[in-house]
Amino acid sequence: MPNHDYTQTELLVTVASSLLEDRKSAILGTGLPLLAGLLAQKTHAPSLLLIFEAGGVGAQVPRLPVSVGDSRTFFRATMAGSMHDVMSAGQAGHIDYGFLGAAQIDRYGNLNTTVLGPHNLPNVRLPGSGGAADIGSFSWQTIVIMQQDRRRFVRKLDFLTTPGYLDGPGARERAGLPYGTGPYRIITPLGLYDFEPESKQMRLIAVHPGVTVEAALTASEFELLVAEQVATTAAPTAEQLAIMHELDPAGLIVGR
Amino acid sequence: MRRTQVIAEGRGEMLGWHEPDENRAWVRDNKSRALVDKRTTLAQAVETWIPDGSFIAIGGFGHVRVPMALIYEIVRQRRRNLALAGKTAVHDCDVLVGSGCVNRVEAAYSFGHELRGLSAASRRKVESGACTVVAENSNAGYQWRFLAAMMGLPFVPTRLMLGTETLKESCAIVIEDPFTGKPVALLPACYPDVALLHVPRADKFGNCQIDGILVEDYELSRAARRVIVTTEQIVDEEVIRQRPWHTAIPYHVVDAVIEVPFAAHPCNMPYLYFFDEEHIAEWRTLSKTQEGAQAYLDKYVFGVPDFAAYLELVGGAQRMEELRRIELLES
Repeated sequence: MPNHDYTQTELLVTVASSLLEDRKSAILGTGLPLLAGLLAQKTHAPSLLLIFEAGGVGAQVPRLPVSVGDSRTFFRATMAGSMHDVMSAGQAGHIDYGFLGAAQIDRYGNLNTTVLGPHNLPNVRLPGSGGAADIGSFSWQTIVIMQQDRRRFVRKLDFLTTPGYLDGPGARERAGLPYGTGPYRIITPLGLYDFEPESKQMRLIAVHPGVTVEAALTASEFELLVAEQVATTAAPTAEQLAIMHELDPAGLIVGR
Repeated sequence: MRRTQVIAEGRGEMLGWHEPDENRAWVRDNKSRALVDKRTTLAQAVETWIPDGSFIAIGGFGHVRVPMALIYEIVRQRRRNLALAGKTAVHDCDVLVGSGCVNRVEAAYSFGHELRGLSAASRRKVESGACTVVAENSNAGYQWRFLAAMMGLPFVPTRLMLGTETLKESCAIVIEDPFTGKPVALLPACYPDVALLHVPRADKFGNCQIDGILVEDYELSRAARRVIVTTEQIVDEEVIRQRPWHTAIPYHVVDAVIEVPFAAHPCNMPYLYFFDEEHIAEWRTLSKTQEGAQAYLDKYVFGVPDFAAYLELVGGAQRMEELRRIELLES
């Protein structure tokens, strides 16, 4: 790895943030997704509509929230609503980006945040869906930030918590999920992935500075597709780094 | 008549289910419409309304606007075999499962502390089999179970969780929607035995105002059979009647009201006090072992006579003032 003056976490947050376009709406999960959304709002996407599942709508978040329901998520908001209100808005088509984390993912972008091992007596009990299965069901485009290795990019999930493209093209619609929705981008410490439009399978489209294509491809139990041109992601600017640290003065994320 | 075609059926337990007509009759016979003083104490409320084996649901968002004073009282009275709505359950769930009071959970979000990481105490109980996850759900799915209940309906149709194992382990049924012909997931109504809520303001009859997000307290308070409210402050009836559009929870669904300042500590109470991260960290560090969790409970729950003594133990007025300043971004 080359020397650089930013951490891996800061790079991931920057890359994630750059995916969010201005004048769209995003519902953000706890942790890195949240910081990425806040960074986008403070830089290239000032009118990004931030929505939180517990009811906060249109907040101008002053500091990184610990929870997607704490008081920062409706600071100077346009509405302090309810979960019914926000989830209904999602189901009715108002949410452009859903932004999640996950413990495991498969080639179709299905996610596990429920258990490692058997469901009835798990080796590791994780929190469960939370809002993830909802957000992954109704958001027009779902973005996921997660770690990448062969135990996390797996052929078969220990548990399918949140729907990606299920078992391939057309499966979401056949299952009854809202039409035209699904996983959009996956960000890991190695690279950036999209989903090949025909097969709906995960495809490497960019690697981070200093990461080889081979390193990204071998850190997966399933076979990853590769774009014809694999780009290199942009490193954080000094301004982006400064804003990130201003948003997270306690270093809850940027200190990792 | 067109027959309903069942496409899939979750195998999760249907916690809190009642047939709608049965529940209507129960409401008619058991919920008082009288405008009467419902003020009581934490100890009395838990003793009266939360017997062993109850199915409880907690308002707020797991560690935001949660009635921790009631939760500590449940632990103090050593309730057992409780079932918990793991709607979005964070610190409340960790303490109740970790202390052995709750041994069944329907999990939408449970056993985690959001940004802080996973919850050792409650995870240990699930991974050892001492606590059972009787069903999975999602956050939207859970609050829509309450929506069905508050509407007096058997279910609410949704377009979520379809095609997932979350649905397979839930109590939902997937049918072909007779209007569109597309699959739709039906979530059965959920009437918890008791809802425990914390609010900034209530009158002695149980009319409650909430500052900030409602989360799902609106639906939950109307769905539960019994509702216990703690409030930062009991206000005069006139405060409610001057601005009736601010009433989030009406008195006729409430069974008990208890004035408990700082009742959400160490959790966040919007506009009043922020998380006490040092105290939460103390619990999270100690509860990494069963002995540590017990030591925490011995000191902060069993070692104090009541919640007022607990507040003194965690730093009293000075600490509460510090948390107020963090909440208001003054420090």
